[in-house]
Amino acid sequence: MATLTYRDALNQALREEMERDPDVFLMGEEVGVYQGAYKVSRGLLDAFGPMRVVDTPITELGFAGVGVGAAMVGLRPVIEFMTWNFALLAIDQLVNSAAKMRYMSGGQVGVPAVFRGPGGAALQLGAQHSQAFESYYAHIPGLKVVMPATPADAKGLLKSAIRDDDPVVFIEGEMLYNIKGEVPEGEHVIPLGQADIKRPGRDVTIICHSKTVSVALKAAEQLAAEEIDAEVIDLRTIRPLDTAAVLESVARTHRCVVAEEGWPFAGVGAQVVDTIQREAFDELDAPVLRVTGADVPMPYNKQLEKAAKVDPAKVAAAVHSVLYRD
Amino acid sequence: MAGTVTPKPRARRSGLDPSRADEYRSWLRQMVLIRRFEEKAGEAYSLGKIGGFCHLYIGQEAVAVGSLAALRPDDYITCSYREHGHALARGITSRAVMAELFGKAPGCSGGKGGSMHLFDASLGFLGGHGIVGGHIPLTTGMAFAAKYRNTDQVAVCYFGEAAVNNGAFHEALNMAALWKLPAIYICENNRYGMGTALERASAIYDISERACSYDMANEVVDGQDVLVMHAAMERAVERARKDKHPTLLEVRTYRFMGHSMSDPIHGHYRTREEVEDQRKRDPIAVWSQRLIEAGLMDQAAVKALDKEVLEEVDDAYQFADQAPDPAPDALFADVYVRS
Repeated sequence: MATLTYRDALNQALREEMERDPDVFLMGEEVGVYQGAYKVSRGLLDAFGPMRVVDTPITELGFAGVGVGAAMVGLRPVIEFMTWNFALLAIDQLVNSAAKMRYMSGGQVGVPAVFRGPGGAALQLGAQHSQAFESYYAHIPGLKVVMPATPADAKGLLKSAIRDDDPVVFIEGEMLYNIKGEVPEGEHVIPLGQADIKRPGRDVTIICHSKTVSVALKAAEQLAAEEIDAEVIDLRTIRPLDTAAVLESVARTHRCVVAEEGWPFAGVGAQVVDTIQREAFDELDAPVLRVTGADVPMPYNKQLEKAAKVDPAKVAAAVHSVLYRD
Repeated sequence: MAGTVTPKPRARRSGLDPSRADEYRSWLRQMVLIRRFEEKAGEAYSLGKIGGFCHLYIGQEAVAVGSLAALRPDDYITCSYREHGHALARGITSRAVMAELFGKAPGCSGGKGGSMHLFDASLGFLGGHGIVGGHIPLTTGMAFAAKYRNTDQVAVCYFGEAAVNNGAFHEALNMAALWKLPAIYICENNRYGMGTALERASAIYDISERACSYDMANEVVDGQDVLVMHAAMERAVERARKDKHPTLLEVRTYRFMGHSMSDPIHGHYRTREEVEDQRKRDPIAVWSQRLIEAGLMDQAAVKALDKEVLEEVDDAYQFADQAPDPAPDALFADVYVRS
């Protein structure tokens, strides 16, 4: 198995899917000549030409709509947003066009498109370039929301997303592009909607996704030194949510912490907690706690930014709390 | 067709081509069908048979009929939410459209779309869309797909003049021109975006001039004359199909009814006199008169056609009224492919 960066794993998935299916094309800002703002599309223009690797003007609403329209007549667009911050300009196309087309056409017209790009808190990029939007899209029936945390998952989930017949919001971790990991070669496809136990444990379940997976794993290491054995569950797909995996783990550990980069109000964690209290109330030995980004726009100042973000210490503190060890 | 008459030499003097008489008469039939259908829909709305919003197309019939007649069955069409007329002109049956307005299972969108979301994928009729301007980029995407697959299909988008002040319009037309896509953007300029006159919303009044920003072919078209509309559309289709260049058509037309069923015919934003004045150029009267003067139809034939259409619309109404609601499990169907 080759060791690849998260970025190159995504690149490999794109390349393989474009080789496999001539209906797959990539469109977005700087995906071609520039080789991708984050170099995810490096080499693809040379390999597939300008009809399949399409540079667009800076017009998120416009090219998201072009992707939806092309998908409505059977192509399989991969629409790259330079970041999900900019995709807010296109949210009408994702919510009102992509998500609803199949339903409001009585099942006649689907939108097999992937909308992808980096999201989540970055480093000192300030309020408008450093935020997590998965709860926005996960709120919408008709969309699927996928957020890989490792290079192997990035490849396997992107391949699934491209093959999926529904519109998929694929949010990559902006801080994850350089991480490395082993990635299976060739046909490595991970079904959407399946969580993954990234670290098995007995004492507490930490539920996380994307960047917070590495945060939770670091917290788990620290907790291990205190003889607290934490299980880390990576949701991988936010919608559809793998509730079975969550409940199965909570039934074993009886304590749970949910970590996410987004804001607390109506966040992904709120949905997970709702599921647990409805389906596994009797299993719980403590209230489920959430660790989220601070309920503020992201500040630029380094110390303030650190205070706003989820980190291993905050996750560990929440774990202490659900174990009544604080 | 019952009551039609043999073309006479005076057809040529009228500028009409007698060899196309059947086509001309079919346009009249489609326009009358749309008119009578919309009148019936208005009636059904008043009776509470149709819910939500209902935007009638009365006054604009020649635009949909003249332009859609220039397309091929494999072309793509998207519309705004004032699309009953386009759906009928494209060939969705009056039963399926009326049933959709009634929210019934045999409706063209299974009763789950409603007046604003009529679809028939088999006819390339890819939706009425409810967000002003939102479907314009979709059409650019369909034109992109035609180019991508190297077919000679064209993609056509209908929208009102109020949409041109919207970013989606600009973004979609810029890309279509930049990439030389076979798209035709038909702006139905009926003078009012809901109650806001063009002059109160747009810094320039000649919408066709907007195309200059994209170096795009454009034309101003009299939308009350079905023949003029058809000829302009044929030019645009040729440009798209053969030359792969998009076109913006600004079609001057007029909405004889209110914006929707909740809006009175003239409201506070236009005068009764203006509406009455515009009604003098009723596209159906203009065209039937033309056919009569050319000797391609007579009064009796026009009357017979109207009667036949009224029967069709009555049948559609009865069909829709008696049709079943969608099954309860339709609520959760078609959210996803497997749902």
